[in-house]
Amino acid sequence: MDSIRKILPFLKKYWVGITIALLAMFVMSMTDLLVPRQLQTIIDEGIANDDIGIVIRSSLLMIGLALGSMVLAFVNTILAARISEGFAADLREKAFANIQTFSFANLNKLQTSELLVRLTSDINIVKSSVMMTVRMLFRVPLLLVGSLIMLISTSPKLALLLLFLLPAILVLVGILSTKARPLFRKVQEKLEKVNNVLHENIAGVRLVRAFVRSDHEQKRFQAVNEDLTQTSTKVHRLMSTLMPSMILVLNLGVVALLWFGGNMVIDGALTTGQIVAFVNYLHMIIFPILMLGMILPQYYAAMASMDRVMEVIETKPTVVYPEESSKHITEGRVTFENVSLDYDGEEDEHVPVLQGINFTANPGEMVAILGATGSGKTSLISLIPRFYDPTQGRVLIDGVDVREISQSELRRNIAVTLQNAILFSGTVAENIRFGRPEASDEEVIAAAKAAQAHDFIMEKENGYQAAVGQRGMNFSGGQKQRLAIARALCVNPRILILDDSTSSVDVETEAEIQIALEELMEGRTSFVVAQRISTVLRADKIIVLMNGRIAAEGTHAELIESSLIYQAIYHSQLGEGILNYNENHIEEKRYA
Amino acid sequence: MRRGLSVDQRASSAQKPVKGLKRLLSYLKPYRLELIVVFILIIVSSILNILGPYMLGLTIDNGLVKQDWDELLRMVLILLGNYLLMWLLDIIYRRIMTSTAQKSMRNMRQSLFDHMQKLSIGYYDKQTAGDLMSRLTNDMDAITRLLSLNIMFFISSISTLIGILVMMFLLNWILTLVALIIIPLTLLATTFFLKRSRPAYQELQKSLGQLNSLMEEDLSGQKVIIAHGKQGGSLEEFKTYNESVQDTGIKANVLAGLMPPITGILSILNVIVVVGVGAYMLIQGVGGVTVGLIASFSEYTRRFGHPINQIANLFNSVMAALAGAERIFEIIDAEPDVVDRPDAIPLDTLKGEVRFEHVHFGYDEELPVLKDINFVAKPGKTMALVGPTGAGKTTIINLLTRFYDIDSGKILIDGHRIKDVKQDDLRRKLGIVLQDTFLFADTVMENIRYGRLDATDDEVIEAAKLANADDFIIRLPEGYETELSERGSNLSQGQRQLLAIARAILADPAILILDEATSSVDTRTEVEIQKALLTLMEGRTSFVIAHRLSTIRDADQILVINEGELIERGTHDELLEKKGFYYNLYVSQFKGLPVEV
Repeated sequence: MDSIRKILPFLKKYWVGITIALLAMFVMSMTDLLVPRQLQTIIDEGIANDDIGIVIRSSLLMIGLALGSMVLAFVNTILAARISEGFAADLREKAFANIQTFSFANLNKLQTSELLVRLTSDINIVKSSVMMTVRMLFRVPLLLVGSLIMLISTSPKLALLLLFLLPAILVLVGILSTKARPLFRKVQEKLEKVNNVLHENIAGVRLVRAFVRSDHEQKRFQAVNEDLTQTSTKVHRLMSTLMPSMILVLNLGVVALLWFGGNMVIDGALTTGQIVAFVNYLHMIIFPILMLGMILPQYYAAMASMDRVMEVIETKPTVVYPEESSKHITEGRVTFENVSLDYDGEEDEHVPVLQGINFTANPGEMVAILGATGSGKTSLISLIPRFYDPTQGRVLIDGVDVREISQSELRRNIAVTLQNAILFSGTVAENIRFGRPEASDEEVIAAAKAAQAHDFIMEKENGYQAAVGQRGMNFSGGQKQRLAIARALCVNPRILILDDSTSSVDVETEAEIQIALEELMEGRTSFVVAQRISTVLRADKIIVLMNGRIAAEGTHAELIESSLIYQAIYHSQLGEGILNYNENHIEEKRYA
Repeated sequence: MRRGLSVDQRASSAQKPVKGLKRLLSYLKPYRLELIVVFILIIVSSILNILGPYMLGLTIDNGLVKQDWDELLRMVLILLGNYLLMWLLDIIYRRIMTSTAQKSMRNMRQSLFDHMQKLSIGYYDKQTAGDLMSRLTNDMDAITRLLSLNIMFFISSISTLIGILVMMFLLNWILTLVALIIIPLTLLATTFFLKRSRPAYQELQKSLGQLNSLMEEDLSGQKVIIAHGKQGGSLEEFKTYNESVQDTGIKANVLAGLMPPITGILSILNVIVVVGVGAYMLIQGVGGVTVGLIASFSEYTRRFGHPINQIANLFNSVMAALAGAERIFEIIDAEPDVVDRPDAIPLDTLKGEVRFEHVHFGYDEELPVLKDINFVAKPGKTMALVGPTGAGKTTIINLLTRFYDIDSGKILIDGHRIKDVKQDDLRRKLGIVLQDTFLFADTVMENIRYGRLDATDDEVIEAAKLANADDFIIRLPEGYETELSERGSNLSQGQRQLLAIARAILADPAILILDEATSSVDTRTEVEIQKALLTLMEGRTSFVIAHRLSTIRDADQILVINEGELIERGTHDELLEKKGFYYNLYVSQFKGLPVEV
């Protein structure tokens, strides 16, 4: 019943509506109960006594009750719709809002297609149950209780007999519920797998076609599809035994009634009319039992889904920023103090990514970070805007530990371009001012110009109002990168971080971007994860990373003299020779 | 920001509901036999169900009223048998129906997926991933509900209905006619609501699609949102679309929910009228009406109401399902743009000569991206495509792989027009490493093996070694068995590129296409790869799109593309001598470098 406790807070705000719906249901159930009574009256008093008056009066009463019941049903329906939709919307918002607190590490664990299934399918399942509950579940016990009351008042002796039926039904329900719930959860998990394959095929369609892997993908999908089908079938089959079994229990009750009741009529202890009424009430119980049989499976499914939604809502972000902080970034001096970073692998493995990093970047400096693939470049710069927290050591900005700075202060002053230039659908201008929506048009254009994007933007039909397609589909790789740089520049940050953001841009353009940046970043700090020598040459400080440690640090002039590693890279770029570099052993080979 | 609206949400087809329903039900066709069995079982079960009140009436009249013990016992035993049999049949047909419905859904999902494998890239570029996903989840849900629950109710309702009618007719045709008045009334009510609920459900499915688009885009780009601290804005936009789903949901559900009370009251009125008329007839001594008959009839009329109710409610489910189905059929009805011609020839061994003749192309009819491109790449030669971004280099690749078809001109491989060749064959012969490396959530080994599924582990490792990926792979927590997260996000960009290259190496293609693959890799590793690629490119026609002049310097021919036109061609030295566009590009690499060269 854990899940019920979790759902309740979300339903709290609808308590007024729920109460009214409940009342409406209550009254409705009462009126529904009185119908057979009227029927009994008509038969026993009206017909038996040849009294048309009673027949007419009772009929009119029944009509009145029925109309009232209908109005109440309307009220109930409208409320049920509003409550359940509102509840679902609240749940979605809560989940989405919590996702907004996720850090990079959180996102690595819960992926897009998983989140989507929870936000849509799972929430829908819970919503259906809430709606059903408001519309019927109140009715069911009320009808049940009401019918029981009627039964008992008609003949206590007969009613006693029937009270054996109820435990039998409860046992049925109990057995099925323990089996059903984990199965429903499994169904959703399989659904996630299906969605995952789907998502990969939609987002990675070019890859699938390029490698002519459609057949392979179809088989892959077939496997997860079949898996889902089998699990679904299992659970639905289980549920489909519920309803018939409950009906059987009731029918057995009718049989018992006829036998024992029949004997009582023959002995003169009951009237025929009473038996008819009794039977009617029994059949009235069938209706709510049937409903129960339909609702219960949904209810179990909803509990399983609610758990999954709550997982998203309750996940704590791995990086928590202070709500408010008096600490400000004023100059942009970045210091790494003995920083180490481990990556959490599977099964509590800790893979060291950075070890013992110490350096300072002064305001106005351009720091280039060089290194082999996987040497830790991206991880290093990710620590500055606090996308991750170091495992050991501290990252300081202007002498303040970044952990003490508020998120808004960090974002206002540090702009990053990530390795994958991701754009959003909207206009070019909207994308550029994404980081600082209040930027003026002039500022947007200035940023675009510095990023060497202005020209190609103006070539598009609507210029800055041109639409950016999903994921920036309608721009080339290099254009996307430049737009991402413009976006970062528009923030007007104290610290700029460019993570390999000009890989798709040609050399000439890149040089122009650099010149523009030098002007723009005058007095400000910038970090560039660099590939090209030309970038590095201009840097005030070059940091060479190897296996997570700083292997060399200095200016170009210093390093070309003192660092073998640096020399190797430099020379390879210019093609004067290829140095065969090996960590422990350096050889020099020159081409003829 | 205007979001999730990359595609003009087409106006839903003016398909008549009946046609849509027929199409939906056609997915049940392969299970005709099972459905017949279910049908029969339901009918038998319903008959048994109806006999209940009849026997009840008999019991009362013959057993109670006549005070006949033996008769009572006999009737009671018959009733018992009746109910037990019903229970058994119910369970059986439900089990059959469940698995039939689930299998039909499975088939629908599979055929949808299979069809999507045939659609052209152009289709995917025009849709949002989120909306496509929504069709396969939300819209499928609506259909699932219809096929799994409601069909059974429909069949059982109809048969119950017929059965009851028959019994009632046999008992007293006058009262039966009275009871039938409810049917036209219910039909009226149903039609009234249907007209309104269908568009409401269509609106709902549409808003769901839009919300899904937004969520998919945002969640995919969540890291950028974090980087710019735009979580707030993201949430604000979400709220708008969320509200829209809420509103359309309320509307649709209210409309759907108003129907049951109405059909419910019609049912009660029906009972009242029937009992009233029956009583009147009894009092007047007309038509052989007895107390027991009225009791039975009241019971039957009551029973009559339930299936009518259910059928009426069914229509709402149908509307919801149809709204979903329409969106799914839109995908199934979409035709691929790039198709194999009926007489497409298979492509056997390739020498690898590629020719572009007067090729014109534009993604958008009005905006040509490539203008009159002409070149010849001889087998085994390396062609470098150089030029500013957006000039058209990637487009040339898109055309060569036939992700898009050219507007005019010819592209020939070994003298065959690629339009005449089977797409699959063409792509199998091309090895492609794209700008956007896409890896799957699977092990490293499997990701590389994707290049050639029947490759052995050794061959995979060999390819990885050639791509210089082996070094970093063996240092991963589980080496080649390390699981990559979605899109390989637990590796650095450079590492992913290396895996992509290993994959291409494994594919061992006749024509190699490298789209700026190597420029995300640091210079040291790039050197290693270049060495490997040189070996690999030996004897293969290669197209390299890179910006690093050090990469393309060794190409056999350099094609300089600017603004969609091929403006210069030649070897590195030839082009330098020309002192044209390429010369400028080359010289700029050394801008600001100390004069050491």
